Amino acid sequence: MTRKRRRLVVLLACLAGLGTATGLALSAFSSSIVFFVTPTDLATRPPADARLVRLGGLVQQGSVRHALADGHPLVRFRVTDGHDSILVSFSGILPGLFREGQGVVVQGRLAPGGTFEADQVLARHDSAYMPKALVEALKKRGLWNPSAGPPPPPATWDTMRIPTRSGG
Amino acid sequence: MASHAVVFEPTPANSRGPGLHRFANPGRFLRLSEALLPWLAAAAILLGSAGLLWGAFFAPPDWQQGQAARIMYVHVPAAWLALSGYVALALCSAVSLVWRHPLADLAAAEIGPVGAAFAAICLLSGSLWGRPMWGAWWVWDARLTSMLLLFFLYLGHIALVRAFDDPTRGYRAGAILALIGIVDLPIIHFSVVWWNTLHQGNSISLFSAPSIYISMLWPLILATLGYSAGFAAIVLARLRAAVLERRIASLLLAQAVHAEHASFAAAGAPAQ
Repeated sequence: MTRKRRRLVVLLACLAGLGTATGLALSAFSSSIVFFVTPTDLATRPPADARLVRLGGLVQQGSVRHALADGHPLVRFRVTDGHDSILVSFSGILPGLFREGQGVVVQGRLAPGGTFEADQVLARHDSAYMPKALVEALKKRGLWNPSAGPPPPPATWDTMRIPTRSGG
Repeated sequence: MASHAVVFEPTPANSRGPGLHRFANPGRFLRLSEALLPWLAAAAILLGSAGLLWGAFFAPPDWQQGQAARIMYVHVPAAWLALSGYVALALCSAVSLVWRHPLADLAAAEIGPVGAAFAAICLLSGSLWGRPMWGAWWVWDARLTSMLLLFFLYLGHIALVRAFDDPTRGYRAGAILALIGIVDLPIIHFSVVWWNTLHQGNSISLFSAPSIYISMLWPLILATLGYSAGFAAIVLARLRAAVLERRIASLLLAQAVHAEHASFAAAGAPAQ
């Protein structure tokens, strides 16, 4: 074995060891790397104290209620993961992407009554990028309702014909 | 292998060995890169500006993000180049550790700042994008945090390579750091798959149709080609300068030694 060959073997062995160690560490810490918990997580394992948690899911269709509390706008909506849902109340400015069916991550505390009192609402959008006209075409043909969930698989988009290409 | 163990002094045309050794010859590198550089620079300017202008003015706005989605044409290619630049950095580091090629050392040292700049563009444009869309400049989710770590790895490499009086030791230490840091690359890529994050999933993957409509995908592809050519052009130009700098330094050294010998000879001392 030449010196170069030996260095190569040592290097590959070190990288394999490092990769394994990192993989093991990440899988061990996996539950604390998640950015948010789902309503099902929160229902099955409610936090013992009133600690700050992030709850993620979709804004349930037809659940958004706007109200005024002490002259401040207050919004209530349910966050769902399709299995469980939790009522969220939030007083503040909602992000521009907030709508029914949109993914959100709300940060706050679970109040004793079971309501989640949020002090921050972040919008989460999916990885589909498409022009408005395509969405209109999909909606018109009954293939997708944006407030009901994620868009259909992109492989089907090619069969869509966009009626008019608007530049702006 | 040992028969053509490369003597890497700046004098050109020493290795005539097979395989990759041909390209590690600094003289050949200088000739090749001189021919390549104008083409790369032209491709970077043409493709890059075509992609960015197309994305900024002619691509349709996104159905839900509107005009803000145009930040994608700056952000996504920068992220990809920061990642692939790190792959190049790690490859150079492996070549430097195993085969001890000085050209790989110089290349690693020159890739570092360019990769850091692209990672910074990615982080800044992402922050500008996140505020209007998500409602936060920054969140500590797995994707953003692992990308920030990549930026710090680049910065650490830049500092470490230049931290030693003996450059060889700096190159060695930098190469080890770069190879350790490579575990961050799969973490960045799969962070949005393995854990839930605020950042959305990958729009483009090897095994499925991209979830970007074709009229928005073309400018992204052009911009990415332009960014790639630009990355390569900047690194090549820096590397040429570094090789030439080294060559000048050794010529000056040779000249000084020669002058010293001459003065010894003139003084009647035995030239050693």
